[in-house]
Amino acid sequence: MAARRISSLLTRSLSVSSSSVSTSLFSSLGKNSGRNGIGKRFSTAAALEDLIVPPVQIAYTQNLIDGKFVDAASGKTFPTYDPRTGDVIANVAEGDAEDIDRAVAAARKAFDEGPWPKMTPYERSRIMLRFADLVEKHSEELAALETWNNGKPHEQSAKSELPMFIRLFHYYAGWADKIHGLTVPADGPHHVQTLHEPIGVAGQIIPWNFPLIMFAWKVGPALACGNTIVLKTAEQTPLTALYVAKLFHEAGLPPGVLNVVSGYGPTAGAALASHMDVDKVAFTGSTDTGKIVLELAAKSNLKPVTLELGGKSPFIICEDADVDKAVELAHFALFFNQGQCCCAGSRTFVHERVYDEFIEKAKARALRRVVGDPFRKGVEQGPQIDTEQFEKVLRYIRAGIESNATLECGGDRLGTKGYFVQPTVFSNVMDDMLIAKDEIFGPVQSILKFKDIDEVIRRANNTRYGLAAGVFTKSVETANTLTRALRAGTVWVNCFDVFDAAIPFGGYKMSGIGREKGIYSLHNYLQVKAVVTPLKNPAWL
Amino acid sequence: MTPYERSRIMLRFADLVEKHSEELAALETWNNGKPHEQSAKSELPMFIRLFHYYAGWADKIHGLTVPADGPHHVQTLHEPIGVAGQIIPWNFPLIMFAWKVGPALACGNTIVLKTAEQTPLTALYVAKLFHEAGLPPGVLNVVSGYGPTAGAALASHMDVDKVAFTGSTDTGKIVLELAAKSNLKPVTLELGGKSPFIICEDADVDKAVELAHFALFFNQGQCCCAGSRTFVHERVYDEFIEKAKARALRRVVGDPFRKGVEQGPQIDTEQFEKVLRYIRAGIESNATLECGGDRLGTKGYFVQPTVFSNVMDDMLIAKDEIFGPVQSILKFKDIDEVIRRANNTRYGLAAGVFTKSVETANTLTRALRAGTVWVNCFDVFDAAIPFGGYKMSGIGREKGIYSLHNYLQVKAVVTPLKNPAWL
Repeated sequence: MAARRISSLLTRSLSVSSSSVSTSLFSSLGKNSGRNGIGKRFSTAAALEDLIVPPVQIAYTQNLIDGKFVDAASGKTFPTYDPRTGDVIANVAEGDAEDIDRAVAAARKAFDEGPWPKMTPYERSRIMLRFADLVEKHSEELAALETWNNGKPHEQSAKSELPMFIRLFHYYAGWADKIHGLTVPADGPHHVQTLHEPIGVAGQIIPWNFPLIMFAWKVGPALACGNTIVLKTAEQTPLTALYVAKLFHEAGLPPGVLNVVSGYGPTAGAALASHMDVDKVAFTGSTDTGKIVLELAAKSNLKPVTLELGGKSPFIICEDADVDKAVELAHFALFFNQGQCCCAGSRTFVHERVYDEFIEKAKARALRRVVGDPFRKGVEQGPQIDTEQFEKVLRYIRAGIESNATLECGGDRLGTKGYFVQPTVFSNVMDDMLIAKDEIFGPVQSILKFKDIDEVIRRANNTRYGLAAGVFTKSVETANTLTRALRAGTVWVNCFDVFDAAIPFGGYKMSGIGREKGIYSLHNYLQVKAVVTPLKNPAWL
Repeated sequence: MTPYERSRIMLRFADLVEKHSEELAALETWNNGKPHEQSAKSELPMFIRLFHYYAGWADKIHGLTVPADGPHHVQTLHEPIGVAGQIIPWNFPLIMFAWKVGPALACGNTIVLKTAEQTPLTALYVAKLFHEAGLPPGVLNVVSGYGPTAGAALASHMDVDKVAFTGSTDTGKIVLELAAKSNLKPVTLELGGKSPFIICEDADVDKAVELAHFALFFNQGQCCCAGSRTFVHERVYDEFIEKAKARALRRVVGDPFRKGVEQGPQIDTEQFEKVLRYIRAGIESNATLECGGDRLGTKGYFVQPTVFSNVMDDMLIAKDEIFGPVQSILKFKDIDEVIRRANNTRYGLAAGVFTKSVETANTLTRALRAGTVWVNCFDVFDAAIPFGGYKMSGIGREKGIYSLHNYLQVKAVVTPLKNPAWL
């Protein structure tokens, strides 16, 4: 009986599940978890009803402009949600063009007249270090808030992302007093040097998948280079940026240096990208929106643009792979963060020699994936971010089924509340299927078979994306060959999602323009000024 | 450890020093004689600043990937060099500790530091704080003692991978010999100087006098880079002499712990007597003694601020490093002449140029054979500015990105490529 209900769930198109079916599915899952049969197939660790109350209050919901929390100019607010349930957890000031104008004006004044660029780099670095210390002090609250607003497992927020955030600000504080220009050889009697100056007011637009980390990738280098910022957060996840921005001001950041506006892309985001008084824009998000940002920059004041966009990154498992290790790494590469990573390993290419074994084990691993309340210990996967993403993922799953890929497991939503999706695995995926071409941004693994290296190189590169790639092999030769052949901004060999602060990250082709992190990121926030003076009787040239 | 972890230890150390900076400033002045205000308001903050600076480098040591001439994948790893032997002087005990220990630790090395026999105390105190900050045992070892014994042993040691020495040129030569005779360890040397301070004809004389005074007399004249040959253009010479003498007569000498004192005692009896001998030599060579010329008081090692004018290039006081509060003023007529005379020395540590003219500044900057040229300023020692000597003033540079080089070894790694997509 239960089995029939499950299979009917797999094939029905999405509509609101009848509560009786879902509740009984859930209670049977809950009761049977750990035993053979239904519970083991879906492995929700616990019922999605007993949700843990997040141990944090929401204190900051207004825009932060010129050092003060203020309502939106229009007075409007918009809701932000708990993706476990779809419930509203706060109403946040809704920034629009007028708020962006005010924020840009504050950032402009802070840059042109304020103390920030005139401070010594050392003083700027001390403020950044003090900020890192304050974040460390408040990291429990921040981790809880991040999980509450985003849905990622709390253990991930607390043990991985908060420490990484703190680490990133230590890293960038250390660059603040190390920005060097050059003295330059001339072709005649001139003394030539280059000054690497702060570019000015940086507009930064960040996504919802890693709200705090994305804040760090943007704000860190911009401040290290002496700039001022207007940051527009994702409408889905406005809360943690406001909290940390408040801490930055506690650390001594002068007013106007970091302004945070919450709001939507077509209004606040577009206003920032088009602003005539913004000197630089940096955007992370979908490729489609990235194209709009670049157009708006072109149509307004030609501000330099860096873009971190989508991907459909290949994860290539070669014939010499240790299959158990490959399965685990490929699983992580795709499913991490609810599949919501720009660089997810979303085309799993497996050599035919190890294909059958891989499929069987990948399926078993996905079935074992623990989905549930991200605040609950041991949960590996929380909900998708919102209803739009949720429905998009389910549409792709249906497309996968309709295109005759083999559905190994998963295939539908989990529960009736919130945006939970079953860990889904497709095998026998063909290159021309939608699920092999489009970025799904959900817990849907697509496994494709290949026969030889040249073929997989060709197929892996046959995409307009080029963000990352994974290579799984024991052979030095294969690793070196694939590393050079794959047209992607990051190639992870026998690892994945290694995001150390100094490693540059960014895309080839339509996955982006420019690199973030590491020494490479400074370039995005500096202008180069050549200074030339004549020499009279130079002792040397 | 990850570089990040090393940097956190260094940052924690900087915080601990900040907490104890009052005690450290007092100890520094007590053992060295420099004005307490200088220790407390300038040197302790600079020490802390340097360790913030170097902590920030720890996780930013990059090697390169390298273009090959054939199908090879080539990269360079910049590895810690190993055990660094470091020998520091007595004139800036804490700052010299920072210039040495900062980059060595930032690059992942371990250290044996031998302090100057005159000033062993503050290094021991801060090294203890470093261990409180979490530095593992054996990473920083501090040994007090004398040059010919402990210092020589360190420079000759077969198991030390690098030696860095700051001190006199004579001792520096010995260090380099010992390194050569033992295991060819790479050597960096920061040695003496006889740095020219050139005041051009367009100079604002009052400002020039003050800056030249500071350039020579700072730290009881005990700076390797002291502006110890003050070249003054003939057009402003007479006015300069009169004002330089007045300024020296106004210099407040006394107990360095007393507020308002600009000059404390010289470091020890050996230095003290050497300074007095040079003063006598100056008098005997017929330079004009404008003021000063003898000790001050009967206890300790206080010397009167002393000014000689009409100094000639061949006088001993124009050639030798005095390392005391003795200013030597020489006259010049034109730029080419002063360039020639300024460069006519085996030293080459620093130089000062005082002019309003962009053209003159550029010309002198390029012509002077010195590791630092200060234009319309002097003794600016920001953390990122490299410092070191030309010629017999030293080998290598300290501070800034340049200092990392001293504490890294370069390893090239080469692997064949099969069917590379590009070369």
